Amino acid sequence: MDLRIFFTPVPTGETTYLGWLLAGLRTTIALSLASWVLALALGTMLGIFRTVPNRPLRAFAGAYVEVFRNVPLLAQLFIWYFVVPEIVPGGHWFKSIDPFVQAFLTSMACLALFTAARVCEQVRAGIEALPRGQKSAGLALGLTLPQTYRFVLLPMAARLIVPPLTSEMVNIFKNSAVCSTIGLLELAAQGRQLVDYTAHAYESFFAVTVLYLLVNAVILVVMRAVESRTRVPGYLGSRK
Amino acid sequence: MQFHRFVFALLVCTAPAFAQGQSTLEKIKSSGVIAIGHRESSIPFSYYDDKQQVVGYSQDIALRIVDAVKNELKLPSLQVKLVPVTSQNRIPLVQNSTVDIECGSTTNNLERQKQVAFSNTIFIVRTRLLTRKDSGIKDFPDLAGKNAVVTAGTTSERLLRKLNEEKKLGIKITSAKDHGESFLILESGRAVAFMLDDVLLSGEVAKARKPSDWIVTGTPQSREAYGCSMRKDDKPFKAIVDRTIATLETSGAIEPIYERWFLKPIPPKGLNLNFPLSDELKELFKHPNDKALD
Repeated sequence: MDLRIFFTPVPTGETTYLGWLLAGLRTTIALSLASWVLALALGTMLGIFRTVPNRPLRAFAGAYVEVFRNVPLLAQLFIWYFVVPEIVPGGHWFKSIDPFVQAFLTSMACLALFTAARVCEQVRAGIEALPRGQKSAGLALGLTLPQTYRFVLLPMAARLIVPPLTSEMVNIFKNSAVCSTIGLLELAAQGRQLVDYTAHAYESFFAVTVLYLLVNAVILVVMRAVESRTRVPGYLGSRK
Repeated sequence: MQFHRFVFALLVCTAPAFAQGQSTLEKIKSSGVIAIGHRESSIPFSYYDDKQQVVGYSQDIALRIVDAVKNELKLPSLQVKLVPVTSQNRIPLVQNSTVDIECGSTTNNLERQKQVAFSNTIFIVRTRLLTRKDSGIKDFPDLAGKNAVVTAGTTSERLLRKLNEEKKLGIKITSAKDHGESFLILESGRAVAFMLDDVLLSGEVAKARKPSDWIVTGTPQSREAYGCSMRKDDKPFKAIVDRTIATLETSGAIEPIYERWFLKPIPPKGLNLNFPLSDELKELFKHPNDKALD
């Protein structure tokens, strides 16, 4: 293992190979966080749809989950990148903009929509895990259904599903590596590029592995703190 | 303590990947298998034909090498394992012994020579541009401010980035994962030009839906020598490979192989690349060598 390779300037001279990896790490973090925010918002909405007493909404959210969870992420990415711009209006314009922006936006949409299906199921599980009496109590107090969700069900459900949401968040960082296949220079792609330019495969994949581990370790630490602060007393996993 | 033991166990498990003790010939002899690395879409060097068989110019040469190894080791029942490789993983896979020899369209350059050994050169190419006939792109300066595509891990990727940086052309470069995907990006209009080795570009044209729409153009940016790659510092194996290729080239036995892949209709579409034998290549065939060209 020759770690000096990371401090060697790249052929175009503007930075070192470590600089490439860090640039890739920045893209990975930006992409994953942006996708995560979108996935959380969309997933929460779909999760609510899955539980409301309205058949079309439930069916819509159910179909969404089936489609997005059952098609491989890579296939979805290729569909968004290669197929969608050919069939939607404005696709032609989209293909002419900066390739980095194209790849970033496509990846963000793809990861967000894919992860939203998974978040949706967590939210639904969280809502369904609550005793039925909570919803009845809310309605009996004279709250409307949206108010019951807003003030009674969602705050409780959200606190219950912090641990599974943490693993979804870790997953979105790991899944973002798939986006290197459409030319987005995120961490995995920069690692691959480092191998192409220097043929130092062991060093490169070692560094990429360490960086992914670090990012996910930070997420775990932060989310563990969130989890312990938001635990519902009396529920599973909380301190007495 | 427990954790340390676990880390130690992990290191022990990964150790064989780094083991370099056994020579290639010993490995082939003891296992009875030779692993050939091939490409999936490097037309006409190494690719899948319409029956999903690996075919091509480099593949024909690889099969001659297999025959030579069979003779050398007196192993008529030697099994051939075909391992598909990509531009990105071919060097690590050769290094870690997943493949014993890779014959595709790999450029022999000084940087790669630090990582793997190269056989005698089997082909010489120039890097140029593929574009739509009506795109107005004639040469590299025409790319200024436009989108161009290269295949990740190719020498063209490096050359185009360097040219872009030096001449401040502002070309926006996409790196696709293989030649097929690069062509898809070009065809779908995401890029106006695709830079690659001229003969591979002709290969992409042969695969295209309407080959007559496309043209290979531009001043060649480099000359490159293709060779088969093997593990470094394994003289006996390299000697067999080099001898096989040298004999093919000097005896003229290479010519029918060349004709078959570059001057006649080839699978999958029966298109003719019409890529006549260059003077450089004629010279090479007279004096086989394993030198890099840049």
